[in-house]
Amino acid sequence: MADTRAKPARAWQPLHPLAIRIMHWTNAVAMIVMILSGWAIYNDEVIFGWLHFPNWITIGNGPEGALQWHFLAMWILVVNGIAYIGYGLSTGRFRRMLLPIGLAEIIAEIRSVLALRLAHDDLTRYNAVQRLLYIGVIFVIIMQVLSGIVIWKPVQFSELAYLFYSFQGARLLHFLCMVAIVGFLLVHVTLALIVPKTLVAMLDGGPPVPREASPDVAPASSHFEKLAP
Amino acid sequence: MSHRPATPSPFRPKRGIDQSVLEENRALIQAINRRKLLRGSLSLGALTMLTGCDVTHRDSVQRVLKAVSQWNDRAQAFMFRPNHLAPTFSPDKVVKPPRFNAYYDVEDLAPVKAEDWKLELAGLISDKRPWTIRQIYDLPEQEIIVRHICVEGWDYIGQWSGVNLRQFLEGIGADLTAKYVAFRCADDYYGSIDMASALHPQTLLATKYAAEPITDPFGFPLRLRAAVKLGFKNPKWITSMEVTNTWRGGYWEDRGFNWFSGI
Repeated sequence: MADTRAKPARAWQPLHPLAIRIMHWTNAVAMIVMILSGWAIYNDEVIFGWLHFPNWITIGNGPEGALQWHFLAMWILVVNGIAYIGYGLSTGRFRRMLLPIGLAEIIAEIRSVLALRLAHDDLTRYNAVQRLLYIGVIFVIIMQVLSGIVIWKPVQFSELAYLFYSFQGARLLHFLCMVAIVGFLLVHVTLALIVPKTLVAMLDGGPPVPREASPDVAPASSHFEKLAP
Repeated sequence: MSHRPATPSPFRPKRGIDQSVLEENRALIQAINRRKLLRGSLSLGALTMLTGCDVTHRDSVQRVLKAVSQWNDRAQAFMFRPNHLAPTFSPDKVVKPPRFNAYYDVEDLAPVKAEDWKLELAGLISDKRPWTIRQIYDLPEQEIIVRHICVEGWDYIGQWSGVNLRQFLEGIGADLTAKYVAFRCADDYYGSIDMASALHPQTLLATKYAAEPITDPFGFPLRLRAAVKLGFKNPKWITSMEVTNTWRGGYWEDRGFNWFSGI
């Protein structure tokens, strides 16, 4: 990749354009509020008798307040999430950053991680495990929103509710998706701290990439050509 | 007041400091402790990031949360499908007896005597004559077997019968364009629902559970059963009903739970 970074033949843009950075951190705050208020809501009627979340770590000071926080952050999470998915699809960022995922590459990557070789020299290219994790967490968050809608409105969205078998089925899935998101968060934050330049890149935009390879800000006409099957 | 200055400052309040704010917020002040303050400041920081507002006070956070909850009332009213029916179930799924829930324990329950009981009517209703339980039993009966969902997260399937609330409201000449139907109860519980939910085909003034008169712990002789509302929106031991355009809130709603609470 060194050659592409050598000379700005065309226009350049940051690896993470400003819009992506704003959406990333908005999502981070909204998701943490959702998780910590969700734990207080869970505590009001636990699914597993052995599991109560300590009150000091929850947001909302009890179920009433926690529900208020949850139903505030949900709008931010959903609106931001729709904007993010719209951006990722329309600019080709998803296709460029997250695809393709090869099985052989995943296995090789897991081997090198297990061997504690966390070389992450090229920030502009996600490896196969990263791609899998990012696609996976986007999918889990979509499931989390759908199961959340069913818990909130099991009658208004009764057609959707059947997908989760029952009200308690939706509650259980909502819980399991939370576990998956928290698991992702722990790995994601740990790796970002091990390779701090990834964290810096999400703040300052990171290294420049050629605009052509990332048509985030290219004219609309060229998108449509590229998106055409 | 030995420290009173010789020359009173022109800015000194004439009648001392207004203590009413302290009085009004007594509970809040007593509730302040270090951990809550720390957590509150965390929440405060989070909210500042979320909204970009200059939130400088815990009360401001509460105001924002309350405003969002009211916005959520409107969003839910907008999403409400007036003729969309809640899923119904077969009688073998019905849980007997239902689950007791009130703002006090079942031992503290004060049963209602049927002979002393009356349903009082108030507000935008043309025929406000009170009803005895006999008269209500004589009304046409509708049965629904629907899922009861509590805001806490538990649920059960219940079989409720009674008069359809829309039919009852029409019968007593209620103004169906009013905003709210409000209830008061023998146990001092109170609540109100939006007119659209009151007129939903699966909203009943229930007198029976599993084809038997509702027993004392579950709201004898009369309770609301709206299939489109969370459990706490269904007052039990109802003693009066009012059709009104005036906001009446509710017992749990006034303690911070969302008012619309439709499901």
